[in-house]
Amino acid sequence: MDPVISIRPLLAVSVAGLAALAVLLLNNRERLRDVVSPLAAIVMFAIVISMAPTVLAGGTVKLSLFEVLPGIDFAFRVDALGMVFASVSSLLWIVAAIYSIGYMRHLNEHAQTRFFACFAASLAAAVGGAFAANLFTLVIFYEVLSLVTYPLVYHHEDEDGWTGSRKYLVYLMGASKSVLLAALALTYMLAGSLDFVPGGLLAGVDASAALLTVVYFCYLFGFAKAAVMPMHAWLPAAMVAPTPVSALLHAVAVVKMGVFCVLRIVFHVFGVGLVGGLGLGIATAYLVSFTILMASVYALTRDDLKARLAYSTVSQLSYIVLGAVLLSPVSMVGGIIHIAAHAFSKITLFFCAGSIYCASGKRNISDMAGIGRKLPWTMGAFFVASLSMIGVPPTAGFVSKWYLALGSVEAGQIAFLIVLLVSSILNAAYFLPVSYVAFFGTEAQESPATVREIPMMTIPLVATAILSVSMGIFPDYFLTLADGVVR
Amino acid sequence: MGFPLLSLIVFVPAAGAAVLMFLRSDDTVRRTALGVTVVDLALSIAMLAGFDTATHEMQFTETYPWVPALGITYALGIDGISALFVFLTALLGLICVLASWVAIDRKVKAFMINLLVMQALMQGVFCALDLFLFYVFWEAMLIPMYLIIGVWGGEGRVYAAFKFFLYTLAGSVLFLIGVIVLYFNGGETFDILALTAQDLPFHVQSWLFFAFLVAFAVKVPMVPVHTWLPDAHVQAPTAGSIILAGVLLKMGAYGFLRFSLPMLPEASVYYSTMMLALSALAIVYGGLLALAQDDLKKLVAYSSISHMGFVTLGIFALNLRGLEGGILQMFNHGVTTGALFLFVGLIYERTHTRSIADYGGLMKVVPVYTAFLALFTLSSMALPGTNSFVGELLVLSGGFAADLAAGAAAVTGALLGAAYLLGMYRKVALGPASVGARYKIRDVNAREMAAILPLAVFVVWVGLYPKPFLNIIDASVAHLLAQVHGKGGGQ
Repeated sequence: MDPVISIRPLLAVSVAGLAALAVLLLNNRERLRDVVSPLAAIVMFAIVISMAPTVLAGGTVKLSLFEVLPGIDFAFRVDALGMVFASVSSLLWIVAAIYSIGYMRHLNEHAQTRFFACFAASLAAAVGGAFAANLFTLVIFYEVLSLVTYPLVYHHEDEDGWTGSRKYLVYLMGASKSVLLAALALTYMLAGSLDFVPGGLLAGVDASAALLTVVYFCYLFGFAKAAVMPMHAWLPAAMVAPTPVSALLHAVAVVKMGVFCVLRIVFHVFGVGLVGGLGLGIATAYLVSFTILMASVYALTRDDLKARLAYSTVSQLSYIVLGAVLLSPVSMVGGIIHIAAHAFSKITLFFCAGSIYCASGKRNISDMAGIGRKLPWTMGAFFVASLSMIGVPPTAGFVSKWYLALGSVEAGQIAFLIVLLVSSILNAAYFLPVSYVAFFGTEAQESPATVREIPMMTIPLVATAILSVSMGIFPDYFLTLADGVVR
Repeated sequence: MGFPLLSLIVFVPAAGAAVLMFLRSDDTVRRTALGVTVVDLALSIAMLAGFDTATHEMQFTETYPWVPALGITYALGIDGISALFVFLTALLGLICVLASWVAIDRKVKAFMINLLVMQALMQGVFCALDLFLFYVFWEAMLIPMYLIIGVWGGEGRVYAAFKFFLYTLAGSVLFLIGVIVLYFNGGETFDILALTAQDLPFHVQSWLFFAFLVAFAVKVPMVPVHTWLPDAHVQAPTAGSIILAGVLLKMGAYGFLRFSLPMLPEASVYYSTMMLALSALAIVYGGLLALAQDDLKKLVAYSSISHMGFVTLGIFALNLRGLEGGILQMFNHGVTTGALFLFVGLIYERTHTRSIADYGGLMKVVPVYTAFLALFTLSSMALPGTNSFVGELLVLSGGFAADLAAGAAAVTGALLGAAYLLGMYRKVALGPASVGARYKIRDVNAREMAAILPLAVFVVWVGLYPKPFLNIIDASVAHLLAQVHGKGGGQ
């Protein structure tokens, strides 16, 4: 099928970019400013989803703007993989935009204009990355995403904010200005291009296995946003950001950008054949299995709810990579749809953490005894999302884990099936106690009656909880897209 | 021979300097100098507009006999390699005048005269096609630069100016010997093109290569002959630093491109590994030095050493990507580091301190200033999307092809760059405001904005759409490569 030439990919990015500008310009008109983000999110989602029929039918949407260097264009190409990432990010921006307003207003946060502007710009970068047609375009959006999320991480401008944001930047920029840069230059040297090619850009290139292996690992660690250990430490540090940031950016847009890049490398730069042929798939699988288990253990030991969620994210991101590098069609589908499944559930969990904090000022799980009785909707949603993270039917997490498990059997790698099972038990061990304590624990001291649901936050989090379940029941959209990537 | 465009580009600033002598008020002097640089910039834009990108031949050539008995001619012409730098020189010339508007408050007339003479000589170096003429321009540049640093500089200006003078002069002496050897070996002509065409025996090439190396390495500067640079930069007034970083450092690299590579191809190929190693050393060592600085200006100065290492790495990769990246990076460094020196100057004028430790939270105090500072900082660390990234990608891709180890070392330098530049920005612009409490400082005004904006445009333009710039150099680089590998036996 010939690619459809359309300006829509650029339009989708521009909507969020212009929204960021509009927010800045409306600095002094708070109400109007706050309308911009949800509105832009809806428009952006509509544009993204308008390209879905083409992509679902196996087609692509392309837009080449200009040639940067010989073999490198500044270009967009919407394919199935990009569509998964873009539709998840833009859909969740709608709920997150509404939630953010509730959160920021309730806490009467400072620098709200900067917050909303950077937030919108992050979405522009995420969707731009999703639609990038080559590595050059992708890394531009990748780096823009690092930059515009940086002020969101130091948002509070206190000691913790400066330390956390410093770590954030050191890890992300450090990785991209060293190994990622080397990988890009070597790829350009070897292939004379940086395009994403179905089957792999480097597939037919004449180069030694050693060099290709080096390039591969440079990418794997260079895209530090994927948080494969030891490049994960920035993510817990980023939790100093306001909770809407942790929810949409550090559970969806930013981290998914990282794994998305890794998947791009596996599928469209190296290609499944080359990754398998060099034995890199299995090596990576062991590496990420370590991350999956270690991060879960870390999560178990954290009492701060957001920190626990952050380590859980580190672990879950590696599921996605694991699915891809097992290189069996079923496992790859599992990895890809886990992008969506994890996004819906984890954003719910973060929304809940923010809702609890706004309602009661509590961050630590040990202080949350009995809070479920005050915040039944929030903690109900938390429970549903927890089930999805553990992989209980009929939630989204069940579908993706099912595919992952099946895939590791198909790949003949029972070891990774065990990893999946053990980590699921760990998931249960660090998530279920939260719900249990919230609903059945007894409060140390009676909390004030002011602890109650904040509608502008509760409605979004219930919506994402419903999304987590409905994706479990109707996974077709994402399954079809994932099939399109694997085919 | 048509319209003498290049002569105008070279001599309009000189004529302007002559006019300045007869002016009285400082204000008139400033305005006239500004006018002269605007005219020069317009002329150089006209040159680029008329530039034929399809050929590597010299364009806009002018030849007049000068001293026929010695084979000396007045010959000007440009190809793709020099064209960009004629434009860059004119652009930075204008920005230097704007940057000195209030920063220079004594002997304004003399300063502006020096600035314009300097500009004329620099344009002369890039346009000269006669080796004798080139040498005259090359040497004469020392005098106005010496004065700019020595008269209008900071407290240690005399020491810095003297050191600068000695280093460059020492290099130039060897260059002069090289010129004389070339003259007698090449049939007693100073015609650069004729000298390029001749075949020199390898041992002669070898000696000449090292003679030139010393001269050019001092200018670039390469480690270990770089120590004049931080002194000169720190003491020089802002405009002096912009010229130094923006144009003077390019002279060394330009020398390699115009003389070493095409005239001494076999030696260039033979010693390329050594040159790659020296470049890698400069990249890493310069980066480490920059990392250790507390003085803003020193930090930018040392970063120049590192960045110019990328340039020479690209040049001596001796392949298409390396050379194109190296030349593009010369242009980018001129724009970006020129801008960074401008920014250091702007904040120094307001606070009279250059110590990073004295700053903090500037973003709250001067938001526009810090926003543009962010742009140039990111450009300097070669963030994807900015001008330097395109150059860096080309240089590294060419560098890896030439030597994997050199490429890897250069990547380390890139990482160091991110470390000292982002660290600097974080300490200066973010964090709790410390300067605002002590100083009442204002944000950039219209005049300063006029100096900043054109540079900002090039950061983004080259970063996303470098094609027009690469088109200019394409044909000449291809020709240069053919000269090197054709005569040098290839790699």
